[in-house]
Amino acid sequence: MTLPSLSALTPVPLEAFLTVAALLFCIGVWGLINSRNAVRVLMSIELMLNAVNINLMAFSSHLDGQEIRGQVYAIFVITVAAAEAAVGLAILLSLYRNRETVDMERFNLLRW
Amino acid sequence: MPPLADLTELIVFVLLAAGVVVGSLGVVLLPNVVYSAFLLGGVFLSVAGLYLLLNASFIAAAQVLIYVGAVNVLILFAIMLVNKREPMADAPGLGLRRLLSSGVCAGLLWLLLRVAYTTPWATPGPTPLGEDAVVRLGEHFFTDYLLPFELASVLLLMAMIGAIVLARRDVFASDIGTGEAADQGLIEKARSPLLIEKTRP
Repeated sequence: MTLPSLSALTPVPLEAFLTVAALLFCIGVWGLINSRNAVRVLMSIELMLNAVNINLMAFSSHLDGQEIRGQVYAIFVITVAAAEAAVGLAILLSLYRNRETVDMERFNLLRW
Repeated sequence: MPPLADLTELIVFVLLAAGVVVGSLGVVLLPNVVYSAFLLGGVFLSVAGLYLLLNASFIAAAQVLIYVGAVNVLILFAIMLVNKREPMADAPGLGLRRLLSSGVCAGLLWLLLRVAYTTPWATPGPTPLGEDAVVRLGEHFFTDYLLPFELASVLLLMAMIGAIVLARRDVFASDIGTGEAADQGLIEKARSPLLIEKTRP
C-alpha cells in the first residue's frame, strides 16, 4: 500500500473526517465502559455524540452540498444532547444525595 | 482554489484532528476529573473548527454556544456539587473488563475504518453552499422538517421540567419537627442517605 501524495490529500478528503470521527467514537465507547466516575461517563457520551455529528457534517458537505440534510440532523442531535446532559446530571445529583458516592461500581441496587 | 489555500486547509485539519484525538484521550484517561472537563471544552472547540472546515458556520456557532457554553459549564457545576474525593475500591474483574473492552473498541475501530476506506463514496458531490447554508437550513426547518423542529422544542421543555424535578431538594419553610424556620441556603444539609448498605464499614 502506497501513501497518497500530498497533492492528492488536498482538499481534505471525506475519509479523513470519517477517520477522526471513528477514533473519537471508539475513545468514547472505551471511556463509557471503563470509567468509575459517573461524571466521566456522561462526558464519554458527549464525545460519542460529537463523533456522530462529525460524520453527519462530513457527509453533508462532501456528498449533499446543496440539500444540507446532514446539518439539519446535526442540529437535532445537538438538541437531544443538551436535553440528555441536563437530565443526566440531575439524575447524577439525585443519586449522589441518596448513595453519597459517584462510583459506578456502587450503583448496584438493581443488580442481581 | 489556489494550492496555498488547499495546503492551509490541510494543515488546519491536521491540527484540529490532533486536538480532538489527544483531547478526548485526556478526557478519558486523566485521573483528575476537573482536568477532564476542561479538556472536554477543548475537544468541543476543535470539533467546531472541523465544522468550519466543512462549510457549516452556523452549526459551528451553535456548537460553541451549546456545548462549550452550556453543556461543559453544566458538567463543571456537577463536578463542583459532587466533588467528594473518595478512594475507589478495587472491584473484581476490572482488569479483565479493561482488556475485553479494549479489544471490542479496537475491533469497532477496525470495522469503521474498513467501511470508510472500502466504500466507493460518490465524491465529489454537488458544490457546497457556503454562506447560503443558513438560508437553506431555515427553509428546511420551516417546510419539510417542521414537525421534528416543533417536537424538539417540546423535548427541551420536558427535559427542563424533568431536570428541575429530579434535582431539587424538598424545601420546607419551617422545620416539621421543631417548628422553627428552616434555613434555605444553598449548602447541602447533612441528612441520612437512603439505600446505603448498613453492613458496609
